[in-house]
Amino acid sequence: MKKTLMSLAATAMLGVSAAQAETVKVGYMTTLSGGAGIIGSQMQNAVNLAMDHLGGKLGGMDAEIIFVDDQRKPDVAKQLANRLIKSDKVDVVAGVIWSNLLMAIHKPVTRADILLISSNAGPSPVAGSDCHENFFSMSWQNDQTPAAMGKYMQETGVKSVYLIAPNYQAGKDMLSGFKSEYKGEVAGEVYTKLGQTDFQAELSALRAVKPEATMIFQPGGMGINFIKQWKQSGMDSVSNFYSVFTVDAVSLPALKDGALGIRSTQTWSPDLDNPINTKFVADYKAEFGGYPSFYAAQAYDTILAIDYAIRKSGSKETSAMRAALAAGGIPSTRGTINMNTNHFPIQNIYLREVVMDEDGVATTKVISTVFENHQDAYAKDCKF
Amino acid sequence: MTLFLEQLFNGLQAGVTLFLIAAGLTLILGIMDFVFLAHGSQVMVGAYAGAAITSWTGNFYLGLVLAIPVTFASGYLIEYLLIRHLYRRDHMEQVLATFGLILFFNELVRIGFGPAALFSDLPPSLGHFVEILPDTPYPVFRLVVIGVGLACALGIHLFVSRTKTGAMVRAGANNPEMTAALGVNITLLFRMIFAAGAAFAGLAGTLLGPLTSVEPGMGEPLLILSLVVIIIGGIGSVRGAFIAAIIIGIVDTLGRIFLPMLLRQILDGSAADGAGPALASMLVYILMAVVLVFRPQGLFPPRG
Repeated sequence: MKKTLMSLAATAMLGVSAAQAETVKVGYMTTLSGGAGIIGSQMQNAVNLAMDHLGGKLGGMDAEIIFVDDQRKPDVAKQLANRLIKSDKVDVVAGVIWSNLLMAIHKPVTRADILLISSNAGPSPVAGSDCHENFFSMSWQNDQTPAAMGKYMQETGVKSVYLIAPNYQAGKDMLSGFKSEYKGEVAGEVYTKLGQTDFQAELSALRAVKPEATMIFQPGGMGINFIKQWKQSGMDSVSNFYSVFTVDAVSLPALKDGALGIRSTQTWSPDLDNPINTKFVADYKAEFGGYPSFYAAQAYDTILAIDYAIRKSGSKETSAMRAALAAGGIPSTRGTINMNTNHFPIQNIYLREVVMDEDGVATTKVISTVFENHQDAYAKDCKF
Repeated sequence: MTLFLEQLFNGLQAGVTLFLIAAGLTLILGIMDFVFLAHGSQVMVGAYAGAAITSWTGNFYLGLVLAIPVTFASGYLIEYLLIRHLYRRDHMEQVLATFGLILFFNELVRIGFGPAALFSDLPPSLGHFVEILPDTPYPVFRLVVIGVGLACALGIHLFVSRTKTGAMVRAGANNPEMTAALGVNITLLFRMIFAAGAAFAGLAGTLLGPLTSVEPGMGEPLLILSLVVIIIGGIGSVRGAFIAAIIIGIVDTLGRIFLPMLLRQILDGSAADGAGPALASMLVYILMAVVLVFRPQGLFPPRG
């Protein structure tokens, strides 16, 4: 009798764990608090929207998304990654806005044989010599977008350009990415303080140089500050303005028509014409009352990629999902995505311009394709 | 040369804005001996109040004027609800409580206005330029900021040094018990100073609204700089805070622009590009360290 009970209990427990094994757990890490909280909440919205569209399942399996707030701090990110791996026992870790945070969790996650999928950060080490087969990007490598800007400005015959970026790794990566394609004169290369709010001094210095064009990388609130002060100082009559990662659905609501006509490069735009993107943008606008940013689109794509990996391989095992993603054909808001040998997407990069839509809301429109099926420069250094 | 003069002007504008924030902190930290870390949040409250009222009424000037009573009330309420219970606690507990206030205000603003930056722009009447030097157009609004800041500085100076209430403030700072025994309502006096400090920080925030992005947590970097201001100026001295704020504004502005240029003369390009901005952002803290070595009580410690 006792034996029977024991075996019954054991069977019941097995049953429980078998049922649990069918639940896919995704740890989604982003920044929900502090000044960058707007980016994180847009990504969270997009993840929730994707789960709605997928009927709450990933690849047909029950799914659970665990959101964690990294507070933009590498040490917090590392602790949270450990928690997700060891106590939540997630199958995939995804998200991460900032390159330095991604670097902090890259080794702990990939070495625990868990997939790590970036929805934004694309630092050069994980694309090249420090790459790992368990890491995938559903965004871009840091250099690619400014390189496209460099190519566009080179081709349109811009003779001299003044460069401004914050003084940290991504700022330097962006400007070196730009210079890899732009061969004209660099009239000035200025690094500002990360988180700087007032750029009047830099603008005065720029006016003294009178460069033909100015190209800036100032994400988030810094970009809002910079463009506002650019307009207020009447710099439009001094120099032509270009940017990367500065005019998007994070900054446009605060800039409104102040950003009209500004050109930037990006792998995605709300007006990209494909069924997945049309549905995503329309439903996002309906539910959250504003355009999604590229961060949101990439977060949405990340969930689609996990769904695709499980559906195609029929398993949530890391090796099976990895093989499915590496084989490519991943549906996304940017069309079907194929992965490079370093697990970064091979994709188009577009030139976009800020326009008013029919409702008088500022958004971006694709003008042309600068790079077709672009591969990043680090893939050749990556050996799994 | 024109560029140098223009940068001096930029430094003056940055310094005057900094003084508006540091003035309140000088009164609260220097005179009431209370460590108030949430002062930057008052800047944010002012910026949000200004931007929100401007967008509701469609009138920028109304936003600017009405934001002042809002921040005054916010300072008054904080003092009444929380701060007055903490005067007699030690500094560490004051730091903890007011740090909590920063988080509280950031969340409150996020719940009320959402995490996105608020739209706040200049009215056309303030959006143009004037030539301050030959061939140097300067935004009118920044001149307005300088004007308002200087007027406030003069006002605070006259209030503290020439009025009876100002004398009570100074007396209350030196010896609260004795001043209270002489019949001065110290509780009310302190509360009013606190609210006035919040109102000046709020005014700075309202003026910054059209220049920068109005978003949660916008006040924290300014708080750190204004702490540096009152340390260099001498804790508790309004005159010291004013001079230190101008010095810091100018040192920071000139350092940011000219230090990388100077380094380029000595070092090669990429090394200078890396070291220049890093050194420039340390400049005000280096200045603070130098001042502390030679004058630990600050440049203009209050007399008495």
